[in-house]
Amino acid sequence: MTDTQRLRVNPIACRAHGLCAELLPELIDLDEWGYPLLAAGGAVPAPLSDQAKAAVAACPTLALRLRTTPNYPQGVP
Amino acid sequence: MSGRPARDRDVTTVPSDVFAAPTTGPRLMAGWADTARPADLGAHLGRYGPLPGAAALIDTVHAAGLRGRGGAWFPTGRKLAAVASGRRRSVVVANGAESEPCSDKDHALLTVAPHLVLDGIVLAAKALGTDDAIMCVHRGDPVVAGVRAAIAQRAGFDSVAVRLVEVPARFVASEESALVNFLNTGEARPVDTPPRPFERGVRGRPTLVDNVETLANVALIARFGADWFRSVGTTATPGTMLITVGGAVARPGVREIPLGTTISGVLGPSGDGSVGAVLVGGFGGNWVALPSAADLRLAPEDLGAVGGSLGVGLLLALPAYACGLAETARIARYLAGESATQCGPCMFGLPAIVGDLDALTHGAPVVGRLRHRLGVVTGRGACAHPDGAVRLAASALTAFADDVRAHAAGRPCAGVGRAPVIRVPTVTGPGLGWR
Repeated sequence: MTDTQRLRVNPIACRAHGLCAELLPELIDLDEWGYPLLAAGGAVPAPLSDQAKAAVAACPTLALRLRTTPNYPQGVP
Repeated sequence: MSGRPARDRDVTTVPSDVFAAPTTGPRLMAGWADTARPADLGAHLGRYGPLPGAAALIDTVHAAGLRGRGGAWFPTGRKLAAVASGRRRSVVVANGAESEPCSDKDHALLTVAPHLVLDGIVLAAKALGTDDAIMCVHRGDPVVAGVRAAIAQRAGFDSVAVRLVEVPARFVASEESALVNFLNTGEARPVDTPPRPFERGVRGRPTLVDNVETLANVALIARFGADWFRSVGTTATPGTMLITVGGAVARPGVREIPLGTTISGVLGPSGDGSVGAVLVGGFGGNWVALPSAADLRLAPEDLGAVGGSLGVGLLLALPAYACGLAETARIARYLAGESATQCGPCMFGLPAIVGDLDALTHGAPVVGRLRHRLGVVTGRGACAHPDGAVRLAASALTAFADDVRAHAAGRPCAGVGRAPVIRVPTVTGPGLGWR
């Protein structure tokens, strides 16, 4: 367990507004249908932390979230 | 007979050591192989012996190396332990809602050996200290009557009463989060996870969702032990698997084979070249070309080593004369139509992939765009449905590589106009039938 911050998209909630990619182009690209593609599994380098928070706060459907527990723990279903 | 008073035959009082564990041949289907009759409770207990206790069952299942037969092959002991670690009383859900259109193995098991599945449900519930157990099958499925009768036969026999629930017969409705969502809300569409069902499932409780074949194996492991279970199969994936064999084969149907059986071991020698490829693992599975894959072992670790996934026990043989790309496009169109249309990469990505497959089938040079699309969809849905469609299409590009080159160069094969080999059902429609 590390305390790396990680972005995660709730794919059901996401409606492809695309604000996240405008606010955080370093980490978020959009696919041809307008849905976000996260670089590096969503891991947020410390210098981009504030920008990531702004992108999360801007998501109209609250689909983009920032979590400090990075990966789902190993060894569970 | 001694001078003891005559009484009805009560197999539950016979010492378990008189019941021989199946040594070779079928385990789950042993009764069917011997008698060709579905086993009622008496026949079932007469064959396998009385229901054992559930003490140390989780450890025994772990030691046996049982993995889930629903397609993910996750270690069952670990899942049981994860559910058991929850603070609240848990729920057991047996998943018998077999949605793969060409698969019949869960139907077959529930038809011929329903008590083996019910044993497994009851044992898992006891091991988890709960009496809350649910069996899910498709609404209107022909197995419903038999399962209902089997449950009724066990009234007063078990301390756990299994509740039968019929779920909508949609492809994605039996994905575990969709199943739990249906039980909670009546809507059988997947939900975003985590939390996963093992931590928060039915009514918020830790929930074990296991395929019915997995639970039937739990019933055998509880009786005959981990060493017996490991006596067939591979080291990483012991035991047998039920597999539906279809397509261009002489003898279609459900069989029970040891894990690690090769493709040619299932199909027989295909030296005449009549079978060009097989689809392994379901519609969201992998195409492999014959004869080069004839010795590929059917085990999750072996499929994983070639970049695939064993998936559910299903093997469909495609004759060499058929067009693999046309077949793939038809299957992919079905999968796209079965999207729950909740996640963008699935509801837009799959139809785009289908369009590319159709265009390629008819000779358009779209392989580059198709490969790009296949590269961006996986892992971006709430469930693994889009991942399966991508796996199908990507494996087709490899298994039918020569065809891909010819089609993309504007020379579609003669098989394009032929009637489909793999039977693909019509799609219900994206918005219908989820409740």
